[in-house]
Amino acid sequence: MDAVERLQEKFASEIVSVGESAGQTYIIVKREKIFNILKFLHDSGELLFDHLADLTAVDWYQKKTPRFEVVYNLYSIRYKQFLRIKAQVPEEDPRITSVSSIWKVANWFEREVYDMFGIVFEGHPDLRRLLMPEDWEGFPLRKDYPLFLEPEKEWSGFKELKEKARRLAPYDWYQRVPGEPLPGQVKEEVSQEGEGHGTNA
Amino acid sequence: MAQTLEIIQKQKDSEQWDEPYLVNMGPQHPATHGVLRLFLELDGETIVRCDPRIGYLHRGVEKLSEHRTYSQAMVLTDRLDYIASAANNVGYCLAVEKLMGLEVPRRAQIIRVIVCEMARIASHLLWLATHALDIGAMTVFLYCFRDREWLLDIFEEICGARLTVSYPRIGGVRLDFNQKIIDELYRFTEEFPHRIPEYETLIDVNRIWLKRTKGVGVISGEEAVNLGLTGPSLRGSGVRYDLRRARPYLIYDELDFEVAVEFEGDVYSRYRVRMKEMREANKIIRQCLDKLAECEGEPVIAEDAPDLVIPYGKIKRPEPALHPKRGYLVKGVEVPIVPEGEVYFAIEAPKGELGYYIVSDGTGHPWRVRIRAPSFVHISALPALSEGQMVADIIAVIGSVDIVLGECDR
Repeated sequence: MDAVERLQEKFASEIVSVGESAGQTYIIVKREKIFNILKFLHDSGELLFDHLADLTAVDWYQKKTPRFEVVYNLYSIRYKQFLRIKAQVPEEDPRITSVSSIWKVANWFEREVYDMFGIVFEGHPDLRRLLMPEDWEGFPLRKDYPLFLEPEKEWSGFKELKEKARRLAPYDWYQRVPGEPLPGQVKEEVSQEGEGHGTNA
Repeated sequence: MAQTLEIIQKQKDSEQWDEPYLVNMGPQHPATHGVLRLFLELDGETIVRCDPRIGYLHRGVEKLSEHRTYSQAMVLTDRLDYIASAANNVGYCLAVEKLMGLEVPRRAQIIRVIVCEMARIASHLLWLATHALDIGAMTVFLYCFRDREWLLDIFEEICGARLTVSYPRIGGVRLDFNQKIIDELYRFTEEFPHRIPEYETLIDVNRIWLKRTKGVGVISGEEAVNLGLTGPSLRGSGVRYDLRRARPYLIYDELDFEVAVEFEGDVYSRYRVRMKEMREANKIIRQCLDKLAECEGEPVIAEDAPDLVIPYGKIKRPEPALHPKRGYLVKGVEVPIVPEGEVYFAIEAPKGELGYYIVSDGTGHPWRVRIRAPSFVHISALPALSEGQMVADIIAVIGSVDIVLGECDR
């Protein structure tokens, strides 16, 4: 494979291993020079990986060390080549250089990875949470994050919402107890006796 | 566009600059096609900054898939792009099959192509209906829904469901087509090419339509690639990138169809691309129906397709047999159904490149499922498409990139 050879020439010390899975080549690299590697793949006229198909991360919790892998799926529209680069990110210091200056599409991909895995992208212009609320605690796609949260660990915003719903419950028309006055209303106005007399008469 | 922003910058530097006007568009705005919230910073009627906020429909499909078996996770993919759910299912099944090394029978492949293209027409019809409605053409909406209804009825005949079909299975499809479906599809492919001019006569020479779409939301091909646009949104900018041709899957390499490309890069050319694509999809269905007749009575699901409920863990093969892919004798040993490995498989969904990145650790459920949704990328490109434009044009721009929030938030 052409791209692999070129990378092995230029970044020999950075490459950890080269492999193949389901007919697709992947290269595992160290994270330090990931920006230079991807910049080279994007700019080099013979490779021209101009389409960043996907950027995501995998959490190898208790399976592999380093724990995280940031995965770049690259495609060259002109040369019809596909390549996967995987950068290793340790658990203690989950940081990697942002590539959003090379591909603008990486901006949101990286925000999502930060949101879901807590991997910080250095040099990202606007690293905020994307899918989860901004005051959410924890990173949902990590393997040690449970599928169901315990009630006391619920998001504060959801607690507030439930509290508000409970407060407003008396105003629900279908839950009105006959004979009880509506909150904020004088009892005489909804007097059930009056209605009772009406039906009797 | 850049010129307008320059003028605004000059005004900002001058002393008469007022505070920018902030507008929250959505999350409950009919023209945002779901629960998308756009945070707009305006100067008069010009958009200075656009900041899309998503996540209102986030259901954690990726996390849920990790806790289900491969077959069970397929049902979740219906709920991504619910307008063209069949295409999502096919994409997911193809990814898992590639990981397993499973060969799908030819008849099932043809049926899958038909279902995919039906989903494409249904999706584009709904897109045209709502896009035209947003811009102000009400009649097109009714015409499009008439034909979409026909397609949904065929879907109902095929598998019993209209919207979330769950029709393909890992290793094939659930049911074979019966003669009634084939006759109905022949009738549809005969009739549908005459329906497309009906929509076109309504809007193609309409002065309002042309004024609202031509020269709006212009993007060059190079920038569109850099922004990650795919599908019709990219081909509207003159980049001939169609996964059905670039990396053919199923039987697309045997079929005769054209990749629709337009070169202006504005809202109008994206509309033209989709209209052409509907015609091509119709052609594809027609060819597939002819091919279907050649392999009458063949199976529609592979023999070694996994059971619907794969046991959590490994399966025991009781009798000695050749392993279908790896060629060695397995005799009562535990074999993982899905071997360890990873795959990125993308299909040309109606909205763009829909990719599945699946990592397997050899157990019955996936270790990681990542869905590369075209709508997610297209929403991330909205600021680049809309900044410097009029606030009314953002409606046309949102419509032209064709987004579905179920797919975006996952």
